[in-house]
Amino acid sequence: MTNSPNGHRVPLTPARLGVWLFLAVATMIFAALLSAYIVRMGSSDWHSLPKPGLLWVNTAILLFSSAALQWATIAERQGAHRNAQIGFVAGAVLSALFLLGQIWAWVVLHKLGYFLNTNPSSSFFYLLTAVHGVHLLGGLIVAAWTVRTTERLQLFVIYWHFLTVVWVMLFGLIVLT
Amino acid sequence: MSEKTHREHGGFWSRYIFSQDHKVIAVQYTITALLIGLFGLVLSWLLRLQLGFPGSFQFVNPGSYYQMLTQHGMIMIVYLLTAILLGGFGNYLIPLMIGARDMAFPFLNMLSYWVYLLSVIVLMAAFLVPGGPTGAGWTLYPPLSALPNAAPGSGWGIKLMLVSLVIFIAAATMGGLNYVTTVLQCRTKGMTLMRMPLSVWGIFIASVMALFAFPALFVGGVMLLFDNLLGTSFFIPAVTLLGQQLPREGGNPLLFQHLFWYFGHPEVYIVILPAMGIASDLISTHSRKPIFGYNAMVIAMAAIAFIGFIVWAHHMFVSGMNPYFGFFFAVSTLIIAIPSAVKVYNWLLTLWRGNIRLNVPMLFGIGWISTFIIGGLTGLPLGNVIADVPLHDTYFVVGHFHLVMGVAALMAIFGGIYHWFPKVTGRMFHETLGKLHFWVTFVGAYAIFFPMFLMGILGVPRRYFDFNVLQYLPPQTSALNIAITVAALTVGAAQLIFLGNLIWSALKGKRAEANPWGATTLEWQTPTTPPPHDNWGAEIPTVYRWAYDYSVPGAERDFIPQNVPQASLDVHLRQPAAGEGVRSRREPGANLGGDKI
Repeated sequence: MTNSPNGHRVPLTPARLGVWLFLAVATMIFAALLSAYIVRMGSSDWHSLPKPGLLWVNTAILLFSSAALQWATIAERQGAHRNAQIGFVAGAVLSALFLLGQIWAWVVLHKLGYFLNTNPSSSFFYLLTAVHGVHLLGGLIVAAWTVRTTERLQLFVIYWHFLTVVWVMLFGLIVLT
Repeated sequence: MSEKTHREHGGFWSRYIFSQDHKVIAVQYTITALLIGLFGLVLSWLLRLQLGFPGSFQFVNPGSYYQMLTQHGMIMIVYLLTAILLGGFGNYLIPLMIGARDMAFPFLNMLSYWVYLLSVIVLMAAFLVPGGPTGAGWTLYPPLSALPNAAPGSGWGIKLMLVSLVIFIAAATMGGLNYVTTVLQCRTKGMTLMRMPLSVWGIFIASVMALFAFPALFVGGVMLLFDNLLGTSFFIPAVTLLGQQLPREGGNPLLFQHLFWYFGHPEVYIVILPAMGIASDLISTHSRKPIFGYNAMVIAMAAIAFIGFIVWAHHMFVSGMNPYFGFFFAVSTLIIAIPSAVKVYNWLLTLWRGNIRLNVPMLFGIGWISTFIIGGLTGLPLGNVIADVPLHDTYFVVGHFHLVMGVAALMAIFGGIYHWFPKVTGRMFHETLGKLHFWVTFVGAYAIFFPMFLMGILGVPRRYFDFNVLQYLPPQTSALNIAITVAALTVGAAQLIFLGNLIWSALKGKRAEANPWGATTLEWQTPTTPPPHDNWGAEIPTVYRWAYDYSVPGAERDFIPQNVPQASLDVHLRQPAAGEGVRSRREPGANLGGDKI
């Protein structure tokens, strides 16, 4: 046959492509939020928000969770299942810790008198952290159900790195404005 | 594809209700969308009754008029057109046309339908809550949609509307991930991208667009929900409502408009691209000719999708934007006319000297070309800032978008439903009733929307409950309105004939052959009709040629299915007559399996 069929021999698996597509969707969500943030920032009623030092701790925790999960995939690839499990559980626990830390940051801001409707800056802070947190929580729940194979672990870790990068960008924007 | 998802056996519930079979999910999507569309149609009758015979119907008051207007728009665009084209046609056609056994993620596919159904239930629930559904207009512009007591249904109604949209976006995303992944990953041996039928191309590109466009509505919707429920001021500026200064300030209503239309304009193409693809297949199949300019068709669709993302602010020409922005968006808008015109030429040239069979699907295919041209051309003055300023917010706009996005898309949808009905149900529809449905709908649609262009030029404003307050309108306006209302009721009645025909034919219709139209694409080559759960039985088909080998000179029949290898064809071939070049009737760029004939 002269026309060698090429469509079915793409090295991507459906699951991998599906995850990357979902990352594109999530990128659009955060891009829309960020552009709204930047537009709304220009209004005269915008006041800068106090930044609880806790946020730096949270950011570090999330980075560690990403690192632990990366370590888990490397261990899995090398056949060290025990280490991979430890890395996965450590990553999940650190992520849960991050989420608790974010909720704690809400409590801190609340105590300082910054509620959801105090100022657009606080509205955005709660909104951005909530949308990001929901993505993390959803990821953890899906992972608890589905991470059974090496490939799925890798996909989960890709998603996690993505959420870490998104948080670092959101955090940077919040700290700078 | 995992085998465990293709159990043939299973109870009634797992087969027909919680099914992971793409064909069952497609039918579920289609039936749900048609029913909600019927509801939207009834709303339009009530609107037209008020406009044709103002004040004659007590239950239509200014408040309920706005509520019905809002719900009509939202239901038709999102819950009917988007759902039926992607969820209905996308689900049915993608796996069958590319030779897959099912979608890439069957469970997610099932979830997509049930989440869609939930969004419809939440939408409908708004009719039962105190205050009724929102009347803030389908564009949901704040501050009208964000303030208490500003529009009808600003209590429960608007919140349910936004929640329903967010749920719908979740469903559409699950579906979209599936459609894109399936097209890219699950094509059978030999089914290259450039051999795919144009229906699949249209649905595929529209799905990619949906994945990138819906997030903007999601974000806008969630922020608007925050403004409504939680007292934030994302979109609400300093407002004095009923003499009271509200405790809000600084919000930016235009920000919502940008988020909305960043979704809203691509949404137009999310609807139109699948319709274009379906219409292409109808026109090619029933004129027994290869589609003219296949490559150009694909490129034009991709170009429309790409440019479609940078035209959104043409919906905001009168919002006080910088004239340079207006210029940019007008230019990008008008550029879309080029790939659209390429497609129209190609459809016409496909018809030209074809062996046209004027059956019901073909009538709708031709109806598509007609309404798309008229609807599209009337978009040009609206895309120009100078012409848009006097025409915006008049019935000219109503006529334009109803023809190009409502009627044209429905022409393709109706044609598609008639075309694939024999495959889906295994029975033929009633031909005469189908033709009656076409002629009443086609002529009636022009009777409804053509006078609206005239009314728009006269300056009749849209969204008005009653025109009696406008002294400058000539008295003919009310006569036109009566005529439009009569036409609308007639066209509406024809849709009941359509639904009756579907139900009756699905139960009692004549048994259909496996390939009644003599079509080339894979869905007509299944081992049984309707196709079995795994679509192909023992062996999935291999593809040897593009989707449009119609009237190939020298071939025994006037179509060669995509899964017919060259070798088996050679046996039946006669020598082509002199000068009857094979390539002359084919797309030169297409990768054909039959080059040696």
